Amino acid sequence: MSGLMVDAARCVGCKRCERACAFGGIVVEGRLARPTDACTLCGGCVEACPVDAIAIERDEASERPGRNLSAYRDIWVISQVDAEGALLPVVFELVGKALELAEARGCQVVAVLGEAGRVPRQAERLAATGVAEVIHAVDERLAHADAEVFAQWICALAEERRPETMLFGATAFGRELAPRVAVRLQTGLTADCTALDIDPKTGALLQTRPAFGGNLMATIECPAHRPQMATVRPGVFAAPECVTAGAGAGADLAAGIITQALLAPEVAPRVIVLGIEPVTGGSIAQAERLVVVGRGIGSKKNLPLVERLAELLHAELGCTRPLVEAGWLDYAHQVGQTGAAVAPKLLVSIGVSGAIQHLAGIGGAETVIAINEDAAAPIFGVADYAVVGDAVEVVTELIAQLEARN
Amino acid sequence: MHIVVCVKAVPSSTEVKMDPVTHTIVRDGRESVVNPFDAAALEVALAIKDERAAAGEGCRVSVLSMGIPATEALLRDGIARGASDALLLSDRAFAGADTLATSYALSCGIRELGSAGMGDAAASGASEQRAAALGSAAPGIPEGGTAKPGYAVPGAPEHGEAAPGPSLPDLILCGKMAVDGDTAQIGPELAGLFDMPCVTDVRELVAIERGRVTVRHATDVGIELVEVPLPVVLTVAKDIAQPRMPSIAGVRAAAGVPVAVLSAACVQADPARSGLAGSPTQVVRSFVPERSDTCEVLEGSVPQQAARIIALAEEAGL
Repeated sequence: MSGLMVDAARCVGCKRCERACAFGGIVVEGRLARPTDACTLCGGCVEACPVDAIAIERDEASERPGRNLSAYRDIWVISQVDAEGALLPVVFELVGKALELAEARGCQVVAVLGEAGRVPRQAERLAATGVAEVIHAVDERLAHADAEVFAQWICALAEERRPETMLFGATAFGRELAPRVAVRLQTGLTADCTALDIDPKTGALLQTRPAFGGNLMATIECPAHRPQMATVRPGVFAAPECVTAGAGAGADLAAGIITQALLAPEVAPRVIVLGIEPVTGGSIAQAERLVVVGRGIGSKKNLPLVERLAELLHAELGCTRPLVEAGWLDYAHQVGQTGAAVAPKLLVSIGVSGAIQHLAGIGGAETVIAINEDAAAPIFGVADYAVVGDAVEVVTELIAQLEARN
Repeated sequence: MHIVVCVKAVPSSTEVKMDPVTHTIVRDGRESVVNPFDAAALEVALAIKDERAAAGEGCRVSVLSMGIPATEALLRDGIARGASDALLLSDRAFAGADTLATSYALSCGIRELGSAGMGDAAASGASEQRAAALGSAAPGIPEGGTAKPGYAVPGAPEHGEAAPGPSLPDLILCGKMAVDGDTAQIGPELAGLFDMPCVTDVRELVAIERGRVTVRHATDVGIELVEVPLPVVLTVAKDIAQPRMPSIAGVRAAAGVPVAVLSAACVQADPARSGLAGSPTQVVRSFVPERSDTCEVLEGSVPQQAARIIALAEEAGL
């Protein structure tokens, strides 16, 4: 069995491991560290140990490559279209990152796109982003974002073509599709990566994601299994202009080839869609500008002020969890660990103290302006601009100036 | 009808915080709670059970978790709220599991729950007594113990993606994600392992009848109303239901019911697919992220501050 090993000869009982562990998985007794039942083998203590007394020992079975890794090549970007059939922005963001990784690795980028016949076909658009190839299927069974159907198609392709790496957007669909593909291919998947890097020699993908509500970042590898798979939240990577502009713009990109691929005849959707209520209003997860309100706004009667400000800033309105729990706003507005993760260009945070669960949801924001009475509020630790003052007063003044400006 | 609810013990919300000076994790009062999304999933299951009971039909709700021995208390709480029985998979061999190994372990637990020893009596409706009988037959298995408790499991389940057998549950419910890991992978992976359909982020359970379930769930394009045949895996949003509190009678009844605690060997989990050994992903490095310490304080009068904010908004494309 794999396990955490403490070298008693080296351990000096300094307790740094105990302090570093988030789980209570290691304790120091009699100046010697001892793993407990709570150990999850996360490796936090290994990093923290100043005398290299702790190691994670793995079974030989887990070290042995499960498959011939060299048989796998290229980076696949699994593409998704919106309700109108247009490619989602995250596809371009992923293609941009994949091209960068592929250059380092010396391999190609292949985009995978499944659509139904009634929508505009996006394969040519995708082929013009700089990818070497688009694997394309047009099939009515792909009309709805049915993860089971897509997974069967993509797994069949992956078993035949053996990609080294597969990237998915961490949309609702991507977050359902990727694990279905991973479990079918019995390989590793890292969710919501915020940074991706590649080892040019081995092709190992270094996947960095937040852990513990963003308090810690963990870099994750998938050493012995291929394909290695990651999902990436929309807005985390910027889409390079040459990718969004298409072939011929900037760099001399030739359009990639388009390969048609079929779904196996036996693939049949089991989920029957009876109806769709389209999203009303903007989604805070996709918003370019966002106003987020917290308890510091004082009372519910001040809420219309914040709503007015959001309207004037052409921003969506988000809030912290206590406001949802108090019934001031719907859950759809909640930003944070148990709500939505957001990645706006501009986030104006009003009367938000910045509980860690909330901060976990705003890591993707580009510019954060925080308004709070308390100069020591944790929100200022992640803000780019701070206004220490009365939230209602500042919001009222902002509204007055914006109205005058219009 | 048999419903399995998968739950995870997570640190209670205020706990995981960093010491801003030493950058180490502060661990005062390490109380664990059921992941709030999973608590909502349990409530959905219990509501179905209540509804069936009112109609004079049997419904067994099993709570399943993989975790440290202390997780038993959370499962007992599930019984106090109305679950029929509970199974905790607890073994050092499960430690270090990523989502692939976790979903595999849970799939072994789900097969175990459907095995002859654990399933029949409860399915017949005498769940409370059943759970008690099960508990007395299955005292906490000592760590690493391999002895089967007093009931037999027919034939070794295959370590693979076997077609759903007759003993699989009708409904597998999970929270749509865990607040500590936030990967949202377990539900879809379980569906893949059992070759069941899966509906994620369910906001409302509309109906279960004639072997089909109708739900409303959130997708990228809106709220979809979908119908899907049982058996199915559903992952639920936190606001789908407000978890009930355990009743006093429930707490009393649950106190005498030992939760089945089984090792990897007891549920015939393949060691090569369990815990660290069965986890393709590995954490190779963890570090404290750099925080924005370049925060600029906007000075001046309120009108001046407001003017600066508007200028910044314009820079951001207003």
